[in-house]
Amino acid sequence: MPNTKELARVEEAHKRFTGAHALCAGCGTPICVRTILNAIKEPVVVINATGCLEVATTRYPTTAWNVPWIHVAFENAAAVASGVETAYRVLRRRGKISKEIRFVAFAGDGGTYDIGLQALSGALERGHRFIYVCYDNEAYMNTGNQRSGATPFAAQTTTAPTGTRSFGKAQRRKDLTEIVAAHHIPYVAQASISDWYDLAAKARKAASVDGPAFLNVLSSCPRGWGHPSDQSVKIARLAVETCYWPLFEIIEGRWYLNYVPEEKLPVIEWLRPQKRFAHLFEPANQELLSEIQRQVDEDWERLLRRCERHETL
Amino acid sequence: MRVATAPAELLLLTGAEAAAHAMRQLNPDVVPVYPITPQTPIIETFAQFVADGLCDAEIVNVESEHSALSAAVGASCAGARVITATSAQGLALMLEIVYIAASMRCPIVIAVGSRALSGPINIHCDHSDSMMARDTGCVQLFAENAQEAYDLMIMAQRLAEDRRVLVPVMVMQDGFTITHSAEPVALLPDAIVKEFVGEYEPLYSLLDTDHPTTQGPFALPDYYFELKRQQVDALEAARTVWLEIQRRFAEISGRRYEGFFEEYKLSDAEYVLVLLSSTAGTAKVVIDRLRRRGIKVGLIKPWVFRPFPARELARALADRRAVAILDRAISLGSWGPLYLEISAAVGRYLQKRPVLYNYIYGLGGRDTPPELLASVVTDMCNEADPTVLRYLGLRE
Repeated sequence: MPNTKELARVEEAHKRFTGAHALCAGCGTPICVRTILNAIKEPVVVINATGCLEVATTRYPTTAWNVPWIHVAFENAAAVASGVETAYRVLRRRGKISKEIRFVAFAGDGGTYDIGLQALSGALERGHRFIYVCYDNEAYMNTGNQRSGATPFAAQTTTAPTGTRSFGKAQRRKDLTEIVAAHHIPYVAQASISDWYDLAAKARKAASVDGPAFLNVLSSCPRGWGHPSDQSVKIARLAVETCYWPLFEIIEGRWYLNYVPEEKLPVIEWLRPQKRFAHLFEPANQELLSEIQRQVDEDWERLLRRCERHETL
Repeated sequence: MRVATAPAELLLLTGAEAAAHAMRQLNPDVVPVYPITPQTPIIETFAQFVADGLCDAEIVNVESEHSALSAAVGASCAGARVITATSAQGLALMLEIVYIAASMRCPIVIAVGSRALSGPINIHCDHSDSMMARDTGCVQLFAENAQEAYDLMIMAQRLAEDRRVLVPVMVMQDGFTITHSAEPVALLPDAIVKEFVGEYEPLYSLLDTDHPTTQGPFALPDYYFELKRQQVDALEAARTVWLEIQRRFAEISGRRYEGFFEEYKLSDAEYVLVLLSSTAGTAKVVIDRLRRRGIKVGLIKPWVFRPFPARELARALADRRAVAILDRAISLGSWGPLYLEISAAVGRYLQKRPVLYNYIYGLGGRDTPPELLASVVTDMCNEADPTVLRYLGLRE
């Protein structure tokens, strides 16, 4: 497993993703990208859906990428990856290329949970050998915080705003990791930018399996979530410590929990520092806080029942 | 280039099978496809060729046409030769990516079994699907019959991959009328086709990890316009390359595609029909009949719709008495797309202009028998009003 020194050395040697980009201060996404790309030893090709990461890193004629990179559209990163990976297999078979290459697709929650779900499902079902990474910041952040299928219950967004007749998003988020797991691919994991060691280890496992791998990585968004830009890692960490965003993996269909907090913090610890949840702390919304805690507890209990044993990475 | 000396192999093939044979001989690396009537027999026939070991391409059975072309772009940018096929709703679904494939300069060949766009849903032929894609930056070729469908597929690959061009090429054949109708088709020997198209050598490949490229970046107002202008240049270059390729194709096949359109009994024609694809077969029969009655009528059948051969068509229409442009698609709220192009060409290049008529025909697979085409010539002879849009075979 990688350690900090090793990751730093890789970062120095490869510089696969440079700092020359326009992502916001405190954005979780470059942490996600850099940790994953540094953890993978083989040469990589990156496939990127339309979104924050794409627009902020490739303003023509500049680029922040020192690895081959392709972007085609919003909803098709998994389909593009299918084509790249198939070309690779055919050209290897035909003797035109010999080296080992890994293919990593990055897309936000909009490009994954919502508009890109069909392409993702198709690519997983076909069994292409690639790693699909969802950097999940829980809304359409590139276009200014509109609700997505990943937006949590009761969060405020610009398309599900709070008002006299609205408390924000009225629905629960969909469980994408579980949807992906239902495709019976070799490796599925949930991770967070706060736990780099866990994330790097998962990226390495994902790169080692002969088939599709999927990482759902919680990635804080200071602008959309409404917190200071120097608190991004801490807030992602609170999502893990409150069991709102558990770290787990599914290897060949077997579920493993990677982290159990010594003391499961109440979910309000995660909600309170974020402006998107500020309205929940008004006295009239006390019930919503209770409801969110109930949801988190329910999901956590279900996950505990599902996981065969705890594996610490 | 060797010249084919042995007699060509003649097989009874549908247009779909002919296109699939062309794909087998072109031996693409990756073929991402999604079935849709009437294109499906193209990919079914091709899949059987692969299953029987006659071709070792990799088929990707994707979950939609949007993903078919998305995978095609990914594979193409990774340095693969890529072919796909579609019709109507499939082309509509992939249309977003057709624009992007052209802008990313992917030399993908797209076989199209022409079919009417919904709604209402309809599976039969018209050209509304390909006309919807006419501004995407692709080359568009139209085949009259199975033989042309085969020939154009082979020329399309070389045209697309020429470094002066590097855009997708769409090859249209009429749904059912051609895709599902069997006729004798002369296939070239596999080795001749292989030599004709050569190996695809990409300018840049995503798999060249030692020389990383950023493909498909974000271009703002400071660059977008110039990148679009490069696509204009690519389609201009396609004119020159097309003429070169058809000369080389004539050398290997003995089949001559001269210029951008076929001329049938045109030299002394006072009246001219202009139309695309399979209806040209009917038109030729009608023209022969009318000529026996002393009416000097001829036909122009464009093979190339994009880039549009405006100057050449205008020249061919100079000094005619009247020209009827028959469109198997309509730009709703306007006129037929082919008519609009020819009208602009004639206006731009000719001082003395023929009278132009526009007929919409065959939408949703409506049959167009010889009598209807003859009635168009009668209209022209009778100096009917050219200022109204006319319909053939429509119940009003």
